[in-house]
Amino acid sequence: MRLSRGERIFQVVNYVLLILITLVFIVPLITVVATSFVSQEEYARRGALILFPESPDIEAYKLLLARGSIVLHAYGITFLRVGVGTFLNLLLTTTLAFVLSRRELPGRVPLTFFVFFTMLFSGGLIPMFVLYDRLGLLNSFWAMITNNLVNPWYLLIMRTFFMQFPRELEEAAAIDGAGPARVLWQIVLPLSKPSIATIGLFYAVWHWNAWFDAAIFIRDWDKMPMQVILRGILTQGMIQDPNSPIEADILPPAPTLRAAMIVISTVPILLVYPFLQKYFVRGALVGSLKG
Amino acid sequence: MSLPATPRSAVSSPLPRARSASSPTRSSRLVRSLRRNYFYYLLALPGLLYFLVFEYGPIVLGVMIAFKDISPFDGFEGVISEPYVGFANFQRFFDSYYFWNVLSNTLIISALKLAFGFPAPIILALMINEVRNTLFKRTVQTISYMPHFLSMVIVAGLVMSVLTTEGGLVNQVVVYAGGEPHAYLTDPAFFRWILVGTTVWQTVGWGTILYLAAMANIDPQLYEAAVIDGANRWQQMRTITLPSISFVIILLLIFQIGNLLNAGFEQILLLYSPSVYSVSDIIDTYVYRSGLLEMEYSFATAVGLFKAVLAMVLILIANAVARRFGHTGIW
Repeated sequence: MRLSRGERIFQVVNYVLLILITLVFIVPLITVVATSFVSQEEYARRGALILFPESPDIEAYKLLLARGSIVLHAYGITFLRVGVGTFLNLLLTTTLAFVLSRRELPGRVPLTFFVFFTMLFSGGLIPMFVLYDRLGLLNSFWAMITNNLVNPWYLLIMRTFFMQFPRELEEAAAIDGAGPARVLWQIVLPLSKPSIATIGLFYAVWHWNAWFDAAIFIRDWDKMPMQVILRGILTQGMIQDPNSPIEADILPPAPTLRAAMIVISTVPILLVYPFLQKYFVRGALVGSLKG
Repeated sequence: MSLPATPRSAVSSPLPRARSASSPTRSSRLVRSLRRNYFYYLLALPGLLYFLVFEYGPIVLGVMIAFKDISPFDGFEGVISEPYVGFANFQRFFDSYYFWNVLSNTLIISALKLAFGFPAPIILALMINEVRNTLFKRTVQTISYMPHFLSMVIVAGLVMSVLTTEGGLVNQVVVYAGGEPHAYLTDPAFFRWILVGTTVWQTVGWGTILYLAAMANIDPQLYEAAVIDGANRWQQMRTITLPSISFVIILLLIFQIGNLLNAGFEQILLLYSPSVYSVSDIIDTYVYRSGLLEMEYSFATAVGLFKAVLAMVLILIANAVARRFGHTGIW
């Protein structure tokens, strides 16, 4: 089919605009990557905003990721947080969602309301802080785990998913003598793997990116996750770590260090990005359309 | 498929039967049902305990702290033993200069973000939907979704590095164009727009997902009929695509009402500074500063509670309106 002149103009304008919009998304990221490779010498000569460093310099990365460095340690904390946190998130979310999906369970309606009321109303920051203080969770790794341990929104998504299961399947298993534990373990869970994976990724990315809870609850440097260290480096320049004195003769310029730190904390997300995108898109659709 | 009658021995049936044929007294029914379903209640216990302790705990504590006069030195015992002071903390907030300042900042920033952040993904989705080349389409989508996965700390870091006077992208361009470098991030005239721009940048791509899904469900015959009637692409977009997704648009807009008091706490906290407090201090940042930095526990809790009540009313309104439009609401 031949396009009319108007249609061709429409198409060209649309493509050009979309290319410009796409550039707005990636140019800041590209400049950060480029800046992270600028050496002190080149910075003094040309400034920090260089798209193509003449002699890419990895001094900033060497410094940030030196053995025993605080950044590396914080990286470990973050991985631990993502692992332990996501596991417990999924464990509690799945079990509670499974129970609340049983249509004939006595007390299901009030229990469901008990959970979803928390989407409507919350006590706020200070009472939470007082509670964490009382429970001894201040300056503890577990403060980052108990915060948002069960996301009511994800719980709702999962419950809706469980409720859509054909009942015949479970009834048949029950007739064959399978108890509720076996029904959950051998029928419901295997069939729900993709949904659980999606919700798990939601939780994992949340843990990876979480900053505020750690910033207010954690005080010791050696317990802080990467986002807090990243924030420290972005706002105060280099973090002075008493345990590992800086050995480099010439410090990389501050913008280079900041950029390198951003790259370091973003690379893992980018590595799993295609995977994330696939599952997240599906999760976003399930969560919003079937609510 | 017909099922045989469930045998009476199916005590551990995964589908508990609430009512049995005989109906003894209430309490013995309760005992029986608990016994039959104990596995489910046990399974739900950890999750329910979390909500009890970590969600309802702060609600109960919050109501106590807000109506008392608690400082960090009173300890947890003080929260229990101190006398109630009525609405004194709320009164102090309503009478203070900050009340109108933080309330108006919250609503203005929220409204600006809605005014620009809401239509942006619709427009982008319409544009992406017109692309016929699959590879190009997918590339645009992949790149535009990316900011959704970046932490707020990183996004704030990007904003700072783009706007810095020490060789930031924007100032480099300004200087190149013959202007003077300017500290945009600490200028009250620019700050709210920086917030709005950052939000649009971070959310517009991701926001297209629902709209694109809705557009993919439109019957292609509609377009074919329109082409036969001589409609061009622009007219097709206006008369077919847009009306077909109007339901999704209206619904998402309604749910934004419930979110009106959330102007973006972390984003503002990470980007603002005392020089822009006058235009950027929202309820949440004010609670954070007065509570955790100035240690005014009771006052800050009262401010937070004020927001929580208002937010609940907004969510309920949003839900009621959504029901009117034939949706099942959030729950």
